[in-house]
Amino acid sequence: MQTIHELTAAFTKGESSPVAVAEEYFARIAALDATVGAYLTVTRDEALAAARASEGRYRAKQPRGPLDGAPIALKDVFATQGVRTTCGSKILERFIPPYDATMVARLKAAGAVLLGKTNMDEFAMGSSTEHSAFQLTRNPWDLARVPGGSSGGSAAAVAGGLAAGSFGTDTGGSVRQPAAFCGVVGFKPTYGRISRYGLIAFASSLDHVAPFALDIHDTALLLGATAGHDPLDATSVSEPVPDYVAALSGQVKGLRVGVPDEYFGEGLDPEIDRAVRAGIDTLRDLGAAVERVSLPTTKYGVATYYIVAPAEASSNLARYDGVKYGLRVQGKDLIDMVSRTRAAGFGAEVKRRIMLGTYALSTGYHEAYYGQAQKVRTLVRRDFEKAFARVDVLAAPTTPSVAFKHGEKADPLAMYMNDVYTIPASMTGLPAVSVPCGFNGAGLPIGLQLIGRPLDEPTLLRAAHAYEQATPWHTKRPRLG
Amino acid sequence: MISRQDVEHVARLSRLALDEAELERMRAQLSGILAYIDTLRALDTAGVEPTSHAVPMVNVMRDDENRPCLPQDEALANAPERSGEYFRVPKIIED
Repeated sequence: MQTIHELTAAFTKGESSPVAVAEEYFARIAALDATVGAYLTVTRDEALAAARASEGRYRAKQPRGPLDGAPIALKDVFATQGVRTTCGSKILERFIPPYDATMVARLKAAGAVLLGKTNMDEFAMGSSTEHSAFQLTRNPWDLARVPGGSSGGSAAAVAGGLAAGSFGTDTGGSVRQPAAFCGVVGFKPTYGRISRYGLIAFASSLDHVAPFALDIHDTALLLGATAGHDPLDATSVSEPVPDYVAALSGQVKGLRVGVPDEYFGEGLDPEIDRAVRAGIDTLRDLGAAVERVSLPTTKYGVATYYIVAPAEASSNLARYDGVKYGLRVQGKDLIDMVSRTRAAGFGAEVKRRIMLGTYALSTGYHEAYYGQAQKVRTLVRRDFEKAFARVDVLAAPTTPSVAFKHGEKADPLAMYMNDVYTIPASMTGLPAVSVPCGFNGAGLPIGLQLIGRPLDEPTLLRAAHAYEQATPWHTKRPRLG
Repeated sequence: MISRQDVEHVARLSRLALDEAELERMRAQLSGILAYIDTLRALDTAGVEPTSHAVPMVNVMRDDENRPCLPQDEALANAPERSGEYFRVPKIIED
């Protein structure tokens, strides 16, 4: 399995070609994806046409940049013109978007070869990809276990060598958690850094577009190609995009690393505790100054998130009414048609969240739930502001447990608790990355999470890169077929 | 705790036609989740400003001018039922 920067370097030297590499990926997908279940749709014809065009540019010595010819997978939440986009839901089973999401258009413009659309928890609601309406996705490190979620298909595709890189979305940890479970890099940039135009909305104040990659260099390339202001997304930030690859100096001497006490408490798997602390020791050995910090509101994060996210989802998902697109189930009048359509089209978790959000916003409860949650969100933000007055990045576990078995977390609340360490950076919009930092005794991957200041992706990438280059974890691959 | 009556009310507001078994399961599960969420009420937030977005947001305006938009046929292409250039819905007005 090669990284994107290795692949495109070989294209430049003429040692391999985008078409040959795309064919290799489709051969692996044909051989292995019946087992892994990463893809919902494979776009072979479109990908090979893109690979041929890319090959022509390399032959003419005019590649478009470091992603030209790179085989990349997309979570099935991004609108792709003419290619079915389901969001993991029966309600959108036959939806064909009439336009590309901005990030899809940017990847195409960069010459990327888009292999297909990956499995996900329905409407990105879940932490195991088991809430997909269509299929199970298996963790390439242990097929009895989940890949994490909601972007589980995109994480499993990169870990299993079924794509060289991929994109998912992170609303409460939906890229960092599956990255940790699958032993790859998952990077959630600052809120608004990558345009969300053409992203099917879940919780608009929390949704982030985020890449998966085999290493930090590839992560920097994927961010660089998609970040930047978009006039079609009013929430996209206008600050110029720095050269992310240039940030990878390998130097962390003098970098101040904060270790939040609240991320190492009750409920953390002792093997993860050890691996993450060893990772922090590595940063110290490389010259970083490590100190303890406190984020006291952490324990309220999950409760706050499960008000804010369902409330926003209940509003966003009101658009699925059986009129403009998607499923329709006939009824005796308009309201009956809409209610039957939604009952038949949405799965159990989506219905639960819509109900929870509608309840939290309903008359008499709005202030006690949604109002209170928004205030706690301010307290969470203040915690981070205080910490970042003293340190440059925070280091913590990505998840409290390693990948769990399919069916193990049948209780919704038990599933929600898996997001305890990823939710705070989601609610504050801070950039955060999960990098592989070891394996437990059973050979399951563990993720180290680094969180940075708003728009300080360069420092975060520099720290993650220095760590990665000093450790062997990112070079380990699962044995699959 | 959430009552069965509340669950039925919220299902109506949510436009979800839930069956008997779903309503009962929803009541039990939402009660469990709400009991956990209620831990937030213990937190003193007097005088704390609410945060609606992680980063400061301002209205974004553009000039009010005609621009190309999605062609009608493409906009209607995914509609479950159409009638000429319209989305078709069940009859709303009584005869």
